[in-house]
Formats: sequence, C-alpha cells, structure tokens
Amino acid sequence: MSYKDVWVLSEQEDGKIKLVSYELLTRGRFLADKRNVKLVAIILGKSIDKEGLQELIYRGANKVIVIEDTSLEYFLPEPYANTVASLIQKYNPEIIIASATTTGRTVMPAVAIKCITGLTADCTDLDIEEETGNLIQTRPAIGGNILATIMTPKYRPQMATVRPHSNKPLVPDNSRTGDIIYEKVDKSILKSRIKKLDFKINQEEDANIQDADVVISGGKGLKKEENFQMIRNIAALLDGAVGASREAVDLKWATYPHQVGLSGKTVSPKFYMAVGISGSVQHLAGIKTAENIVAINSDPEAQIFQVADYGIVADLFEVLPVLTKKLEALKQ
Amino acid sequence: MKIIVPIKQVPETSNVSMDPETGTMIRDGVESIINPLDLYAIEEAVNLKEEHGGEILVISMGPAKAEMAIREAISMGCDDGILLSNKEFAGSDTLATSYALSQAIKKFNPYDLIICGERATDGDTGQVGPGIAAWLDIPFTTYVSNIKEVNENSMIVQRMVETGYEILEIETPCLLTVIKEINYPRLPSMRGKLLAKKKEIKTWGPDDIGAKKDYLGLEGSPTRVVKISKPKVSRGGEILMPKNESELDKAVDGLIEYLQKKEII
Ligand SMILES: Cc1cc2nc3c(=O)[nH]c(=O)nc-3n(C[C@H](O)[C@H](O)[C@H](O)COP(=O)(O)OP(=O)(O)OC[C@H]3O[C@@H](n4cnc5c(N)ncnc54)[C@H](O)[C@@H]3O)c2cc1C
Ligand SMILES: Nc1ncnc2c1ncn2[C@@H]1O[C@H](COP(=O)(O)O)[C@@H](O)[C@H]1O
Repeated sequence: MSYKDVWVLSEQEDGKIKLVSYELLTRGRFLADKRNVKLVAIILGKSIDKEGLQELIYRGANKVIVIEDTSLEYFLPEPYANTVASLIQKYNPEIIIASATTTGRTVMPAVAIKCITGLTADCTDLDIEEETGNLIQTRPAIGGNILATIMTPKYRPQMATVRPHSNKPLVPDNSRTGDIIYEKVDKSILKSRIKKLDFKINQEEDANIQDADVVISGGKGLKKEENFQMIRNIAALLDGAVGASREAVDLKWATYPHQVGLSGKTVSPKFYMAVGISGSVQHLAGIKTAENIVAINSDPEAQIFQVADYGIVADLFEVLPVLTKKLEALKQ
Repeated sequence: MKIIVPIKQVPETSNVSMDPETGTMIRDGVESIINPLDLYAIEEAVNLKEEHGGEILVISMGPAKAEMAIREAISMGCDDGILLSNKEFAGSDTLATSYALSQAIKKFNPYDLIICGERATDGDTGQVGPGIAAWLDIPFTTYVSNIKEVNENSMIVQRMVETGYEILEIETPCLLTVIKEINYPRLPSMRGKLLAKKKEIKTWGPDDIGAKKDYLGLEGSPTRVVKISKPKVSRGGEILMPKNESELDKAVDGLIEYLQKKEII
C-alpha cells in the first residue's frame, strides 16, 4: 500500500478552531515541505465556523477535511477515534500529528491501536529522515532527564502528538488556496458509550497554565498562604496564569490544576517565572520546554538557576514588591 | 465490583543520575517503585471496594522483580495480582504493552472497571490506558479527577481538561485513567503487609494469555528508540546576586528589560 501526505488533527471548541491547531499547522507545513507532499487538516465538529476553516488554509494547509455531525459537537473518545481511524484507513496518510492536549493525548492512542501503528507522545521536535521518509521524533522522557529520539521505521502511518506552544502559528497568508472538503462517515461508528452531562468552567481563570503564554509560579519559599497572593498579582499584571510547585499545592496555597511538574502539568509558555522554587527534577520536568525561564531564589545553589535564562539570587520578599511596583508603573 | 488495576514498576527518578558520556540513566543502585501516579489508581480501586464491595486484581508487565510492586499494591488493599513476565514481552512499546495487558485482562471477564494511572513516570506517554481500552473495545476516558456515582450499568465521573471539568456518564465495563487530584493514597497497613507477603503471585507468559507472538515485544513494537541524549541542563543564563538595595533595583530593571526584549511586555 502506498502512504502519502501529512495530516494534522485540528481541534475546535463551540465551532471555533483552537489556537493550538494553527500552531500544529506550522509543524505540519515543515514536514510536508520536506516530504514534498500535501498538508491536510482534519477537523471534527458539529457546525464549524467557515472563516476558521479558511484560516486553516491561510495558515498552511493545502486541504481541509471536515466531518460534521451532532455526535461530534465536542470531544468524546469513541466517535472521535473511530472517525479519525476510518479516514486514515480510507486515505492512508504517511504521517499524522495531533496536539498533545487532553484531547490529542486521549484520542491518538486509541487511533494508533485501531490502525496498528506506532505513536510517540508529547514530542518537542519533529523532522524527516530524507532517505527513508521516517519521521524523527524527539521527546523528553524519565522526568525530563533524557531526550529520546524515536522512529517508526516499518509501520505506517507514523503518528505523534506535539507539545502545545512549542512553536508559533504561521502568519495567515490570504493568497494561499486549498480545498475544503466535507466528508461523511458511517453513522454506526459515531456511537458513544459516554455522554457529556455537564461542563464546569474552571472558576480560577488563571489556572489554565497549559494554554498561557506567561506562567508565574510560586513555591514553598513564599512561606505562607497569604504571600501566594503576590504571585497572583504579578501574573495578573503580565496577563499570565499562576503555577505552583507540588509543595505549594500540598500546603493548599494553590489548587491542583495549578501544579507544574511531573505529577502536575507540563507547561511550555513563552515566559516562565519560578519564585521560591528550588527546581527539583520533578518540577523541572514540567518546564523544560518553556521558552524563557526566570528564577528568583535566595539560595545561589538552587537547581532552578541551572535552567534559568535570567536569575536573581535574593530574598523574594524584597524582589517582588519592587517588581510589582515597576510593572504597575509600566501598565499606566 | 470487579476492578482491575494495571500498574507499572518504574525506577525512582527523584534523584536519578545520568551518565554524561552516554546520556543514559545510571540504573545501578536505583530503587524500583510503583509508578507514583499508579498509587492514585490503586487507592481509588480500594475506595470503591470499601464502598461497594467486590475484588481488585492488579496486573503488571515487567521483569520478575515487578512482583514487589504487585505485593505492595496488595498491602494497600488489592486482593490478587498477576505478573506478565517473559522474554517475549521484553522491549514492548505502548502498542505491544497494551495488547499484552488487554489479552490478560480478557481472562478476567466479566469485570466492571479498569483503572490506570495517568502516565508512567519513566516512559511518560499516558498511552497504555487508552490503548488497553481500544484493544478491549470498551468505553474509556482520561484525566478523571472524581468518581461521582456508581450505578448498575454506568458511572458518573469528572474529567479535568484545559479549561475546566467535564461531567461524563460512562457505561460499564469501562476504563478510566485517573489524576492526582482524585484522592490521597494510603500507606500499606500492617495486616495488608502480612497478607501481601503470603500471597502467591502467578506469573504468566504469552501462552497463558493466548497472545499472538508477533504482536509482542520488540517485534510487535512499531516504535524504535534510535538515540538517547542528554538535554542541555544549563541554559547558561545571566544570574545576578544583588548585594544591596540599589543593586536589587538594577536586577529588577534588568528583568523588565529582558521581558521587553522578549516582547512579553
Ligand atoms: C514522584 C514525585 C512526583 C513529584 N511531582 C512534582 C511535581 O509535579 N511538581 C513539583 O513541583 N514537585 C513535584 N515533586 C516534589 C519535588 O521533589 C519537590 O519536593 C518540590 O518541587 C519542591 O517544591 P518547592 O521548590 O516549592 O519547595 P522547596 O524545595 O522547599 O524549595 C523552596 C525554595 O524556596 C527558596 N526560598 C526560601 N525562602 C526564600 C526567600 N525568602 N526568598 C527567595 N527564595 C526563598 C529556597 O531557597 C528553596 O530553594 C514530586 C516528587 C515526587 C517524589
Ligand atoms: N508494563 C505495564 N504493566 C502494567 N500496567 C502498565 C504498564 N505500563 C503502563 N501501565 C499502565 O498504564 C498507565 C500509563 O502508562 P504509560 O502509557 O506507559 O505512560 C500506567 O499508569 C499504568 O496504569
């Protein structure tokens, strides 16, 4: 059988294309250009915003395959996995990548089993081996202690999830053209044994650390619950989200959705600031792909400084008030 | 309720050291533990058993010493354990691992629930849970932070996603992967430890689970690790040590300039 083209699995919410999907197109475009093939975006939903579909083309796709059905309105593992698997079996793409979001990391493992092929989770880098067309997949493992390079030499398609925010969307180019195709799949595969009864938006808006461009995190060095408010203030000044070390979460200064690290969330913001965090291996595992890291810690030996691009060795209770004041002044 | 909990034994990575030459982990003297994120799966199973009655089977695929992990799970309140251990299983990636585990789980049909950890701290993929569900063709969901209700043929669970929590009704039998928020794992009890010590743990190979050999181990694994390297530890950033107030002020100015240069403000 011959396998061709690079696919990206796009995501939508309430019919609007999510930003991560545009980021993913950048990766896909790079791979498709290297392979000299088409880049196809797949999108599942109920009634998807037409402008958003067009924007998938403007931002890199040569073709968009849309599957609309009421059962696909929002993510449910079974109808999503079955639909993606059936499209793969129909068109035989050579590569299919998805964002390593809660959706991507749930649907792709099931798709990989249905297609009996390999899947590499949470890649930070993707490239093509020119002679073979093998996808070179790089990902951190063992709590960020190593980088593993993984290939899927004998199986197709090659599948990977890619860390959100590990690259930028392409600037939309309105001169780009491509087809938007509406496909139907057999009703029988859209059945779901799961129903969504409700959705509770996280009341703490600043908890969405995975999607944020700026994450300000606090650790045990803040000493008391009240002091954690200083972290929230700075995050608010920078329009960022609030992160926390496990110690801070265990002490109930912040709730679990804020926890960064091995047993919390992996973040890759443009800017990560760690305040009063020692930088344990487990914490570092969650921030290694952050673009810029700043640390404030009174201990010059603190491990966090090893990964910092800019660090201040000082008492956080002296630094934060000054920083807050200066940021406030800039805002005015 | 009949609950099955797949657990993995992993190296204790909190103070792992790396060979700077080869970029591989120095495994000598590294202790093996239950994947810390599987403790939440075990705890949740034990909670459900305490509330609804039933039995819990733990199952692990790994080397002979993974038996220790199974015993530890039993000491926390699980009833029985199976170890899948055989050279044919060695080198399995998530496809082959989830295949082998699903084959073993089929032997325990009918069951009500399978609970997995969110991910293993060594491979860190989170793919084995959904993989098992796909092989078994049972409904599944991930990132479960609360089991709200257990009914005759379904359960109601809460799932954490980027922007909040979904409330889902899922038909049983099903598979859930759970996150840390769901509970506080207990420590083994004295009685549990005694029971665990005496328990006979069966070891199964490919024939015991009726597995196709070409779906197992290295041969059955589509993915290949072709290189291991060490991420650069030090970013070689600028680290300032202000000695007085004016130096501190300068350091903060430097931070603000940095933010401006990187277009964050
Ligand atoms: C299996 C496992 C999983 C784990 N998962 C995670 C995880 O997901 N996330 C996570 O974060 N941790 C995790 N941990 C815990 C981790 O090992 C550390 O215990 C934790 O990260 C430490 O948090 P901390 O840096 O806030 O506290 P500490 O290590 O106590 O560090 C506090 C820091 O604050 C500094 N400080 C104190 N006072 C001041 C001051 N006045 N001004 C400036 N600095 C000051 C100190 O110098 C110190 O460096 C995990 C551990 C295990 C075993
Ligand atoms: N070898 C194994 N034996 C038993 N269970 C496993 C094994 N590997 C993974 N699991 C289960 O699958 C979950 C996710 O693991 P992983 O996909 O490797 O990150 C773990 O938390 C375990 O519940």
